[in-house]
Amino acid sequence: MIPSGDYIRILPEIVLSIFGMLVMVIDPLLGENDDRKSIGVVSAIGALLALGATFIMAGHPGEAFYNILRVDDFAVFFHVVVILIALACILMSFEYLKVQEIRQGEYYGLILFGTVGMCLMSSAIELVMLFVAIEISSISTYILAGFRRRAAESAESSLKYFLLGSFATAFFLYGIALMYGATGSTNVDAIAAALRQGTPVMAYLAIALMMVGLGFKVAAAPFQVWTPDVYEGAPAPVVALMSTGPKAAAFAVLLRVLFGTAAPGWFWAVWIAAALSMTIGNFGALVQTNVKRMLAYSSIAHAGYLLVAFIAVRNMEQGVSAAMFYTAAYAAMNVGAFAVVSHFASAGEKYVSIEDYAGLGRRSPVLAAVLTVFLLSLIGIPITGGFFAKFYVFRAAVSSNLIWLTVIGLVNSAIGSYYYLRLLVMMYMKEPQSEESVPSVPFAAGFAMAGCVVATLYLGVFPNRVLQFAIESARTLVH
Amino acid sequence: MVPLSWYLLLSAFLFASGVAGFLIRRNIITIFMSIELMLNGVNLAFIAFATVRHSLNGNVFVFFVMVVAAAEAAVGLAIIIAVYRTRETLNVDRVNLLKL
Amino acid sequence: MMPVATTFFFYFLSIIAVVSAIVVITRKSPVHSALALITTLLSLAGLYLMLYAPFVAAVQIVLYAGGIMVLFLFVIMLVNLEKAQLEERFNKQWQVALIAVLTLGALLIFIFEKGRSVFPQTVTNFPENTNTQVIGLLLYRDYLMPFELASLLLLVAIVGAVVMAKKRV
Repeated sequence: MIPSGDYIRILPEIVLSIFGMLVMVIDPLLGENDDRKSIGVVSAIGALLALGATFIMAGHPGEAFYNILRVDDFAVFFHVVVILIALACILMSFEYLKVQEIRQGEYYGLILFGTVGMCLMSSAIELVMLFVAIEISSISTYILAGFRRRAAESAESSLKYFLLGSFATAFFLYGIALMYGATGSTNVDAIAAALRQGTPVMAYLAIALMMVGLGFKVAAAPFQVWTPDVYEGAPAPVVALMSTGPKAAAFAVLLRVLFGTAAPGWFWAVWIAAALSMTIGNFGALVQTNVKRMLAYSSIAHAGYLLVAFIAVRNMEQGVSAAMFYTAAYAAMNVGAFAVVSHFASAGEKYVSIEDYAGLGRRSPVLAAVLTVFLLSLIGIPITGGFFAKFYVFRAAVSSNLIWLTVIGLVNSAIGSYYYLRLLVMMYMKEPQSEESVPSVPFAAGFAMAGCVVATLYLGVFPNRVLQFAIESARTLVH
Repeated sequence: MVPLSWYLLLSAFLFASGVAGFLIRRNIITIFMSIELMLNGVNLAFIAFATVRHSLNGNVFVFFVMVVAAAEAAVGLAIIIAVYRTRETLNVDRVNLLKL
Repeated sequence: MMPVATTFFFYFLSIIAVVSAIVVITRKSPVHSALALITTLLSLAGLYLMLYAPFVAAVQIVLYAGGIMVLFLFVIMLVNLEKAQLEERFNKQWQVALIAVLTLGALLIFIFEKGRSVFPQTVTNFPENTNTQVIGLLLYRDYLMPFELASLLLLVAIVGAVVMAKKRV
């Protein structure tokens, strides 16, 4: 018999799955010409209820379903982050779907199902479970990337994401197979216990292959090639989701697998990946003319900053908590930036080049101001979340004597500020190219943007509560 | 009897040839088949390890890999059809893909 | 237990698997590749039987060779093959790919040679008649949660396939 407490430990996932099916049932029940906003509202309610369920779940920590998943502070943290990301993406999709003429029921359904996968990725401690959860989140995002059916580049983006994603999954699986061969188990705790006895050679290769697979998912160099093309072709709200949600979840997996198993021999691999990601991301972004591509390269760079926190091994708690804080701050500012981009893009995603943003400061002061907050946060200016995120990461790096990596990171931050500032200059200093007025921000998307602004500023002004929570959950992760 | 490492070598060969196919082929369907080849390499490794370790967990894992492979095949082939409709080609260069 | 026969069958099946795997990635026509892939899958099913995994062998034939490959062939028939035949077979990065693959292969072989001492040299006997029973127990008890989750995965896949393949937007 399965104790009833186990079901509470997957309550958010149950709520999300039920609402995902519900929106797909509601869609055909509505008439051809009915307003489909109700579908979006139902899925937003679903996400809110899942958030509530997460707080109930947080009161019942422990293992569930025969050691398949574990609810601890770490899992709760990533549940909250992922569900908030999904909620913001749902809210910003209300108007977008109508403008782009995208079918709604399946769209919201897949977002909610994908969120189930991402949530479970943060709580799974059995690699079988982890694998199925990763696949649910991946397959939903592959399809969501192809939802702009009228645009050929959307289908291509979906195809590219799919092929490289499955390629990465195969590497991840071979890593699991070797780990199973080396330790005789697929449970994170059992693997940790086996590795403590001594490390077979095979375990090194297993870790390397698993990191190749997860490196693809988080778009860390040298596995970042798919990112710009996929982000360019996919619908903007979906990019907001897939540049933050699956990434946050994949970082959670990396943290749990690397630190949870005390896996050996990944120091230099992550070192090089971090340095490469920062450099390639920032230099790539310099030459872009499309805002979505620019943000794609910036997301590679940010994955690099995040990886710096991983190798701060001297002080694991500090490193893990810095990585968790960075995930949350990056989610807030990046989702916000894409909310603005997806609103500004208009029908058929016409306005996505950097020149289109010329004179936005005059044409729509509020929209420009909101985007400014996010860009400043992405640069890492104080009183925004991005500042403390970078600060904690580099503090952890310095306290672990990673001087060179810190230097590379700081130089990169300076280079990175150039392309964000270029967009700001474009908005405020250049004459607008068209006098066409920017459509006013609808309530739901405005709510999503406001939420992201509040989150970004909150993390920038009062970082302590979130950081404290991250440190406590890091303590449960690193025994 | 055949030593275990022969099975593992075979699995490594299947995996590596899948990687090779993925990297060098231009036809999308063949690229996709190369991924299936890689997954089969994984499955053989799992079964071989499970037999040596006398635990059936590896067999269960293979079961899940197959379920996922089926799901991926359905989705992937649907995406391929969608791309084919818009571009009328299955050549990755033509669909402007994998610009490395 | 007849050691001579098992050794023979191992070499027989693995040579088939190796040859047809090479055919999969080198043939021009996708149909030929698909047929070669089916051959690989079937010979692997045979190897699973030799590794005392009859259940997986059956699933391999029914699901993989039977289901997935039919889907492949179906899609190949759906798209215009004559055009695909005329296209270039390999892309320009094959030298890079070859180096990458050889490195990977060498690494794997090296690790297996190193790891050899960890494992018993031969595959020992393993209770075969309760295989399916034990897997069933594992699936419905220890792995109940991933098993149920797989149904969500399949739902996502069905919805996704319908959305992507549908003609009317």
